[in-house]
Amino acid sequence: MFKYSLHAAVIVTAVLFAQSALAQEAAPMLQQSAAMAASAPRDPALKPVFAEFGGKQGLVSLMNDFMDNLVADPRTRPYFENADREHIKAELVDQFCVILDGPCTYTGKSMATAHRNLGINRAGFNALVEDLQKAMSKHDIPFRAQNKLLAKLAPMHSAVITKK
Amino acid sequence: MQMHRKSRTALLIGLALAGGLSSTMASAADTGGSQFSNKLLLTGGVSQIEGSAGGGLTPWAVIGGYGTQDEIGGNAFYSRVNLPDYHLDDVGALVGFYNRVEVSFAQQRFNTEQVGGALGLGNGFTFTQNVIGVKVRLFGDVVLDQDSWMPQVSIGIQHKKNDQAAVLRFIGAKSDQGNDYYISATKLFLSQSLLVNATLRYTKANQIGILGFGGDKNNTYKPEFAGSVAYLLSRNWAIGAEYRQKPNNLGIAREDNWYDAFVAWAPTKHVSLTLAYVDLGNIVIKRQQRGMYASVQVGF
Repeated sequence: MFKYSLHAAVIVTAVLFAQSALAQEAAPMLQQSAAMAASAPRDPALKPVFAEFGGKQGLVSLMNDFMDNLVADPRTRPYFENADREHIKAELVDQFCVILDGPCTYTGKSMATAHRNLGINRAGFNALVEDLQKAMSKHDIPFRAQNKLLAKLAPMHSAVITKK
Repeated sequence: MQMHRKSRTALLIGLALAGGLSSTMASAADTGGSQFSNKLLLTGGVSQIEGSAGGGLTPWAVIGGYGTQDEIGGNAFYSRVNLPDYHLDDVGALVGFYNRVEVSFAQQRFNTEQVGGALGLGNGFTFTQNVIGVKVRLFGDVVLDQDSWMPQVSIGIQHKKNDQAAVLRFIGAKSDQGNDYYISATKLFLSQSLLVNATLRYTKANQIGILGFGGDKNNTYKPEFAGSVAYLLSRNWAIGAEYRQKPNNLGIAREDNWYDAFVAWAPTKHVSLTLAYVDLGNIVIKRQQRGMYASVQVGF
């Protein structure tokens, strides 16, 4: 009997430890996402990735295909078909450009504000990621470079996904 | 032989059904239904040897299938391991509920080929083991949590029942059934295109249960570690390696830790193929059991 309770204790302890760590993590993360609301932070380490995306011109051209994918995809179309798509593309170019340490500034709304009333769920968020991946592959952006950008965009899920 | 053919037929029908089901799901998604398969490609893992979602040898913390937190996902698999002196046929299926709970079933048929004859059991003597698994995701998101070190963590149980109670008793195993308990932590380091998994398993299983549970040398639960690394080459291709510690409970047959190196290909969310080179070490009277592992999975 003892050996079973020992194992149970080990697992319970591990779980409790991890959850308390998670709770500690959660509070600063909220503040952090508010602080970086304007856009994800500039990361000088991603300068070479900016080149792999073809610089600002590359981003402009990428965003055309990305938006075409979003409108063609029935999962994302409702969020974009009646929106000012040219404006969204321009904001996305600036935002990605800043993340990749390009010579841009992002002056648009915070992610939380921009997505507040859209009711986007996880499925919709993932659909957008897939549409972006498709566009990046079409533009022959190396897979590793794609992932470096996606790694910076992924944490925005907490501001974008409002329908839990 | 007759039995064998029947199970093959059942397997083919099962795979065909799962394939048909997933293409129905796919067309539902294509017409804007989007009620299925919205998890990102390959982020549900593949089917491991005991039927849970993971790598080939060990479960990961991921919930199998392509369902997000609003969706149900599922898949079926067939795996074959060819070794110098044995082979294993492995079929199963799983359902993932709302990216929270995974329920799985697998049937392993371990064929002893000529070794069975040498041991007086008859050539082609086969141990059949059924495994029912339940896994629960506790916290974390393997893909999205890219701004913290927090992995996705799940706990699970695999209940195993072997059909050769008399033979197992004879070789010194204490039981023909048992439960494995595990906790898995999986983390995708997206900026490095690298996925890492660590699993701690409490088990008494000999050769994952093919040779029963507990033995003359040891009949207590022992923690055994398993680790996996996978490098994402593209959206559709991943390569990696795994390691799985195992207990050594039986006096008559030394048991070794397992290793593999794999390549997985998922052309769509509805099918994946995994090929691996496996080193399963000593199995009963045959050393250096190194061979090929092949697995096909269909689902949604």
